[in-house]
Amino acid sequence: MAVVYRRSKGLTDAQTHYCPGCTHGVAHKLVAEAMEELDIIGTTVGIAPVGCSVFAYDYFACDMQEAAHGRAPAVATGIKRAHPDLAVFTYQGDGDLAAIGTAEIVHAAMRGEKITTIFINNAIYGMTGGQMAPTTLVGQTATTAPLGRQQEHYGSPIRMAELLSTLDGCVYAERVTLTDVPNILKAKKAIKKAFELQLSGAGFTFVEILSTCPTNWGLTPLDAIGWLKEHMIPYFPLGVYADRMEERRHDA
Amino acid sequence: MTHEIIISGFGGQGVMAMGKLLAEAGLKEGLNVSWLPSYGPEMRGGTANCSAVLSSEEIISPMVLEPTELIAMNKPSLLRFEPHMAGGGKVFVNSSIVDIPATRKDISAYYVPCLDIAAELGNTKTANMVMLGAYIKATNLLRQKTVREIVSRMFSGTKAALDSINLEALRRGAACVEGEA
Amino acid sequence: MAKELWKGNEAVAEAAIRAGCRFFFGYPITPQNEIPEYFSRHLPEHGGCFLQAESEIAAINMTYGAAGSGVRVMTSSSSPGISLKQEGITYIAGAELPVVIVNMMRGGPGLGNIAPSQSDYFQATRGGGNGDYRTVVLAPSTIQEAADLTQEAFDIADVYRIPVLVLADGLIGQMMEAIEWRSPKPRSLPPKDWATDGSRGKRGHNVVNSLYIETEDCTALNRKLQQKHELITKNEIRYEEFMTRDAEVLFVSYGTTARVAHAAVLKLRKDGVKAGLFRPITLWPFPEAALRACAQQTNVKAVVTAEMSMGQMLDDVKIAVNGAKPVRFVGTGGGTIPTPAELMDEAQKAIEEVWNHGRRIPALQRAN
Repeated sequence: MAVVYRRSKGLTDAQTHYCPGCTHGVAHKLVAEAMEELDIIGTTVGIAPVGCSVFAYDYFACDMQEAAHGRAPAVATGIKRAHPDLAVFTYQGDGDLAAIGTAEIVHAAMRGEKITTIFINNAIYGMTGGQMAPTTLVGQTATTAPLGRQQEHYGSPIRMAELLSTLDGCVYAERVTLTDVPNILKAKKAIKKAFELQLSGAGFTFVEILSTCPTNWGLTPLDAIGWLKEHMIPYFPLGVYADRMEERRHDA
Repeated sequence: MTHEIIISGFGGQGVMAMGKLLAEAGLKEGLNVSWLPSYGPEMRGGTANCSAVLSSEEIISPMVLEPTELIAMNKPSLLRFEPHMAGGGKVFVNSSIVDIPATRKDISAYYVPCLDIAAELGNTKTANMVMLGAYIKATNLLRQKTVREIVSRMFSGTKAALDSINLEALRRGAACVEGEA
Repeated sequence: MAKELWKGNEAVAEAAIRAGCRFFFGYPITPQNEIPEYFSRHLPEHGGCFLQAESEIAAINMTYGAAGSGVRVMTSSSSPGISLKQEGITYIAGAELPVVIVNMMRGGPGLGNIAPSQSDYFQATRGGGNGDYRTVVLAPSTIQEAADLTQEAFDIADVYRIPVLVLADGLIGQMMEAIEWRSPKPRSLPPKDWATDGSRGKRGHNVVNSLYIETEDCTALNRKLQQKHELITKNEIRYEEFMTRDAEVLFVSYGTTARVAHAAVLKLRKDGVKAGLFRPITLWPFPEAALRACAQQTNVKAVVTAEMSMGQMLDDVKIAVNGAKPVRFVGTGGGTIPTPAELMDEAQKAIEEVWNHGRRIPALQRAN
């Protein structure tokens, strides 16, 4: 019998704890498939964050470390510097990466740390129950912003792909989303490219994935996708923000 | 035999190096030694000092509270440390820039115009070596040969050009206190 | 082997390299800068990696990552920087990773100053970060001991999978003394089969983690850590006694202050006062039983704790002495080193207090 679909070997058999309609599952699958296709499951170490994906160490079949909140890029740096032959990735949410861990991600990118960061941007704190994130949109409500994010109080949301792309060490930064099949395929391509560039020793690679949080947004999964398209993509445009290897090819 | 030495002066006068040199030379002669710097902002332009202990006994506490010898490379150093000196001690004063004498009657003072001598030698940075030459001659603490060896070792490689001028500085310093010891 | 003159900070770094440490992550802070500087010069020669991190927090987390992947790794700092590292240290303890951390203590609280101090005793021996955990705390009082203990720290960390803190101060970091390089007694080290160094298809995935969401799992971890702490307490306690056999006044002191206390003991003996010194070398585990036995000797009339803090180890001394003898305290905060005379004064007061109207001890010769 022909196998048309199977679970990636990059994932364990554990059942995830994610809410119905949450896009973490799809993002996990894409990272797992990229590792499997590149045949690096046995030579990869992933770093789980603090946030909804805190249990990612149970879901990925490669070796995993759990980091303190925001410190995944520092933990990844320690592993990669000790084992340059391993592939190392961090998987982080917006609170982890863009608030408490801003220094760690910026400096890992600045150093051109040969790691891959998968950044899940869903504009909200999920695990702690819907508090405001640095990526929460102006006017978007959160449990700590009951009237919606006030621009004069909190400023405008941070655009990490754009910010990191200004650093020379960041050789690749792309923002993708998981709203439909074409976008999921694009996201997969971006993740795989990021790992390939890491393996080639190019530098720091970054894939930001616009994701939904139906539970904390208070929307059905389908409406959440609609909200993401309508509100998030205009503020966080999809696309490639840095591709220095491509630039170098052009320059050559 | 225990010598507890404080060497003090402006940052850049080479007081740390003098202390290290004494400790290295003492170690080479089989003595117990310790070297302790003051550290921090004063390293950059303020008054810096270090203490060195050279002893035939085990060194229990490396802190020098009552120096048996004081090398004062500037005036603030003399004012600050002279009152704490052990009776019968020796103070070495950089008389090129210190315009006051030591005041205590129970210590011996040696006035060494080390900066002027260094200038005559063509390198004012060797003032510390002139002073060290005087110190070693007056205290008889270490063999001149040992000190010269350590100096040559410290100024090897790219700094080798400084070796001969340093050795000359040591000799000139020793000559300053000839007959006084 | 010939003795060599080494600065404390550089001796600690060289000791780590001799112990097989090939990775160092740190952030500059006085008075320990010679440690990262030494590693930056010498680790590349040994095929290792030195990295100056963007913060103490990043440095300790890099250390966590590297230790979790199975290599010998170290970080160092001084008091305020060690405060920043506490987050990482509790994660290291929770994930049971072998890490060596050096603290060259300086005056506090807050930014304090850069002078030698011992005011991080509570932080070092009680945890400092969140949760029930301990770090082994080794307190050298000479450069020789700093070199020896730093080497051994890596073995202790590996044997028990625990963070080991080498706790010294700016004076030991900055001072130069003659030392002899020697190796610690070889120990049998367990394989690091838990490390995340790539499964390579030969085993299941390894996970380095301190999250135990089920209470029974977290309780089990705490019990396991407690058993480990008990084992370390049984095996690793170290201390030194000096002239305690007939001592009437017993100093308890560690690190730099122990050297001052040692000098005070000798001066007191010259004056006809029978003084002695009990010097803990492991601050955790604290040599509680040994100190109790020492203080309980009938000759001991009073105990004097001397520290460069306002009274931190004092608590452990009181627990150990357990009311058997009066315990006094002499100490200084904020980076001042006590003088032998100050300690001698306190010893005199202690004896006067005990005898009250009894025998007077000879007048003490006061330095300064």
